[in-house]
Amino acid sequence: MRKPRVGVITFPGSLDDRDALRAVAFMGGEGVPLWHAERDLGGVDAVILPGGFSYGDYLRCGAIARFAPVMDEVRGFAERGGPVVGICNGFQILCEAGLLPGALIRNRSLRFICRVASIRVETSLSPLTEGLVAGEVLQVPVKHGEGQFVAAPEDLARIEGEGLVTFRYCAPDGTVDDEHNVNGAANAIAGVRSEGGNVVGLMPHPEHAVDPDVGPTGGQPLLASFLSRALAKV
Amino acid sequence: MKHRFEVLVSLKPGLLDPQGKAVEGSLPAMGWTNVSNVRVGKHVELTVDAASEQEAHAQVEEMARRLLSNPVIEDVRILSAEEVGG
Repeated sequence: MRKPRVGVITFPGSLDDRDALRAVAFMGGEGVPLWHAERDLGGVDAVILPGGFSYGDYLRCGAIARFAPVMDEVRGFAERGGPVVGICNGFQILCEAGLLPGALIRNRSLRFICRVASIRVETSLSPLTEGLVAGEVLQVPVKHGEGQFVAAPEDLARIEGEGLVTFRYCAPDGTVDDEHNVNGAANAIAGVRSEGGNVVGLMPHPEHAVDPDVGPTGGQPLLASFLSRALAKV
Repeated sequence: MKHRFEVLVSLKPGLLDPQGKAVEGSLPAMGWTNVSNVRVGKHVELTVDAASEQEAHAQVEEMARRLLSNPVIEDVRILSAEEVGG
């Protein structure tokens, strides 16, 4: 079977691009480095927008990166049904670009959080969760200062109503409560998907959680799902 | 003609403002126990070269909508040169 080719876009200030490439390879795919200034996705099967601090988080996180030349290609790829995942800063970029609903603001605590979080899968209708069942709990690290998901009340109602919530922060047993809502996100939302179901964004970092030698492995089933979706796309 | 503008960006009223809350929380310790509704926003100054003030204003409106603010969570107010006294 051929290996799925997954493009990982590097913006000025991206810092998890290498980990994303490594995680893709670890899970059996081929990572393809892509550059923000290119207007070419190199024929990849799927795209990852990695974490980091593109353009120094100036103005708002992701606000400037969304206008990078490569983003026109990402938009076209997403409109054709191509699987796209935004992790952390990548999630912020997708929200700024309007490819995902909502926005991410400063954590409720005003502190940068760096820890392992439990997240609960809310839907299997996303490129990260296809092989999983709703209710499943995964251990995945979070590390962000501006990860509090928010949306206007009517938008939030639509996001919930249409089942776009893909992950919520939770206790290790899956209970969603205020104590385990690490950044104060609306309805403890850790990740959302697009209406078309092929674009997904999340603040936690599955690419940091594949190798058992360095921590939890909650990212494995997510990336496995993403790779099989990447192959199915063609 | 160069036209000067200031753009004020603020979080929409319904949204919790963590920075505003932090500022509000530290004021009572300094003796101001009479402060409420603190909201922290952004202030952008810019000069636009355009044929008329009206045209420049229309351009600033678009800049504010597309880049300077995120309409999902923020409101903007555009002040022109006479309003800001420049």
